[in-house]
Amino acid sequence: MKNVELFNVSKSYEKQKEVISDISVSIEPGEFFVLVGPSGCGKSTILRMIAGLEDITKGSLRIDGNEVNLLPPSKRDISMVFQNYALYPHLNVEENIVFGLDVKKVKKFERKERCMEVAEMLGLTDYLKRKPRHLSGGQRQRVALARAIVNQAPICLMDEPLSNLDAKLRAHMRSEIRQIQRKLKITMIYVTHDQVEAMTMGDRIMILNEGKIQQVGKPIDVYNAPANPFVAQFIGSPPMNLATANINLSKQELSIGGRLKLSIPSNDLQSYQEDTVTLGIRPEYLKIVNSINTKSTNNYLDVKVEHVEVLGNETIVSFQLDTYRWQAKWNGQWNVDVGDIVPIAINYESICLFNSASGHLIKGPTQVENHIIHEVTV
Amino acid sequence: MKSQVELNGMLDNVVKKKKGIWQQSLNWRTALLYLLPSLILFSVFLFYPMGKTLYLSFFLTDRQGEANVFVGLENYLYLLESEAFLKSIKATILFVLYTVPTGIIISLFLALLANEKLKGIGFFRTIFASTMGISVAASSVVWLFLFHPSVGFLNKIIASLGGQGVDWLLDPKWALLSVSITTIWMNIGFTFLIILGGIQNIDEHLYESAKIDGAGYFYQLRRITIPMLSPTLFFVITVSLINAFQTFGQVDILTQGGPSESTNLIVYSIYREAFVNYQFGTASAQSIFLFLCILVVTILQFKFGEKKVHYQ
Ligand SMILES: Nc1ncnc2c1ncn2[C@@H]1O[C@H](COP(=O)(O)OP(=O)(O)OP(=O)(O)O)[C@@H](O)[C@H]1O
Ligand SMILES: [Mg+2]
Repeated sequence: MKNVELFNVSKSYEKQKEVISDISVSIEPGEFFVLVGPSGCGKSTILRMIAGLEDITKGSLRIDGNEVNLLPPSKRDISMVFQNYALYPHLNVEENIVFGLDVKKVKKFERKERCMEVAEMLGLTDYLKRKPRHLSGGQRQRVALARAIVNQAPICLMDEPLSNLDAKLRAHMRSEIRQIQRKLKITMIYVTHDQVEAMTMGDRIMILNEGKIQQVGKPIDVYNAPANPFVAQFIGSPPMNLATANINLSKQELSIGGRLKLSIPSNDLQSYQEDTVTLGIRPEYLKIVNSINTKSTNNYLDVKVEHVEVLGNETIVSFQLDTYRWQAKWNGQWNVDVGDIVPIAINYESICLFNSASGHLIKGPTQVENHIIHEVTV
Repeated sequence: MKSQVELNGMLDNVVKKKKGIWQQSLNWRTALLYLLPSLILFSVFLFYPMGKTLYLSFFLTDRQGEANVFVGLENYLYLLESEAFLKSIKATILFVLYTVPTGIIISLFLALLANEKLKGIGFFRTIFASTMGISVAASSVVWLFLFHPSVGFLNKIIASLGGQGVDWLLDPKWALLSVSITTIWMNIGFTFLIILGGIQNIDEHLYESAKIDGAGYFYQLRRITIPMLSPTLFFVITVSLINAFQTFGQVDILTQGGPSESTNLIVYSIYREAFVNYQFGTASAQSIFLFLCILVVTILQFKFGEKKVHYQ
């Protein structure tokens, strides 16, 4: 188990604009660390810098406390799974798996033994003599994984290894990779652009945009309290709803488009200096109001349904709020038609507020549906 | 009641019968139409001359090349006993052995160099490939000057190093080698370009992965570059072999088959037999012999070489 630390790392290709700016992060030994962000944000570049395939323009990279900026890739104790697997097409599965051991002149007997062990773990024993082109995408991916694992390197880097797989296989491989990582206690740095993978696999995730860190944290914390509107919209599906809101301090009131008014508790008043903020709310916190007495209060909104998606166990309803398109997610199947007017309630406790200029989070949701298993079973 | 499947089958039969031969051959006729231009060209310039050559090889001819006397296989028997022809075969085989492996190894080496990511590498790529743009005649003349015994550049270098000048094209021991050097130089452009293309087609990630595993340059060359390049090398070897067997221009300009027939390669020998000695019959027999040689070599190569080739 080894840790990996980046200190103010920047990268620019051929003296052009920086594609990575000032990244500092510390990855713990044995941690499953996920790098996530939209296409072109620099995820692969960071991974390749850690692997030593790309020079670091500025800053320092440390593995186990030692600066390794100038160390060749082979001396960094890493293994890597490439985005396109990079299997050797002219070698069969077994030769592919033991390639690295062959380079390191591991004895033939031990090579065979380690290969069999890994092949067994990944269910590849039947395919050892096949060439990669005779394998399915999922099998190739497992060979790439086997090739990384067999080296027993303490740090493993993976670049979008599941992006070519179908949804079902992807879900299966997610848990498989996670289990292997736990079992072998590998420090894993995993790149993906898929927020579901990030949420489900990572001990911690780092969200990147345009080469800058947006947020680092546990998936659940990032989900609940996104640091800025970008993260809010990137993590979660459907994304968080955003709108501009006005704060009236004297009336202790928050209003969205003049239609919906929420009262601000006096405790919170001193944290608001600005008049306008960006308001965010997760689709699942947009509740439908169905009893008359809750309607008496001011915190609901009549909206006109523009689109409905029934997903079996949940229903997603889209509507227009001022200029923003919002989505609400309700459990179960709802019989709603396009054009229906639906009253929607917004709770002050479940909204996020962001500074409209800098995008910083001012207030996160305080009331989250956070179930703890012990409480339920008691 | 007949089942639906049976009914369908019967329907199909009815339709097929109605179509007739004319309808059924529609695809064939369409294909033929597309092939027609090349069929005509090949017939005029390839199939007809080949047939004619085979025909002539069984005859004695007059000076106009008209078939006179049918002699059966006698032209061939004569060839196999002719010392000049056997010498020509020997020279051709030596020439192939000199030029093909050397040319490919040099081109591979240059291609590996030119594949490095260095500043101004494009200049070297152009230079290395440039012999492709020079005609056989022009480059032969250039080499004629380089090989000149007294004012030639090569002998001047040797002299300046204190050595004894060599009669490159006039010494029977050296002439074949000199023609080989010229040929290698001329072929490098094409071979280099094809091999460089092959190298650049190899996925860069394979090398990165090997680098992470700690593989050095020569390990990568042996385990990745060469195997991944095998289809390209196979192609280049085949083409070079056929080219080497058919060499004519440089022999004609540099040595005219001399001295003492040491560079009388088979195609040049055919030319002389036909257009200098007016023996079209034996010349045709030699041509057929050359054709069979190339055919056998190519078949052997495909049979044994292709097994070692990895196609994507
Ligand atoms: N060799 C290069 N030369 C110049 N610019 C490059 C080079 N490689 C990448 N870039 C640029 O760096 C930025 C980040 O690229 P990177 O490959 O890291 O993105 P990514 O986050 O991995 O995207 P994806 O999810 O599509 O794989 C991009 O804007 C890209 O254009
Ligand atoms: Mg990438």
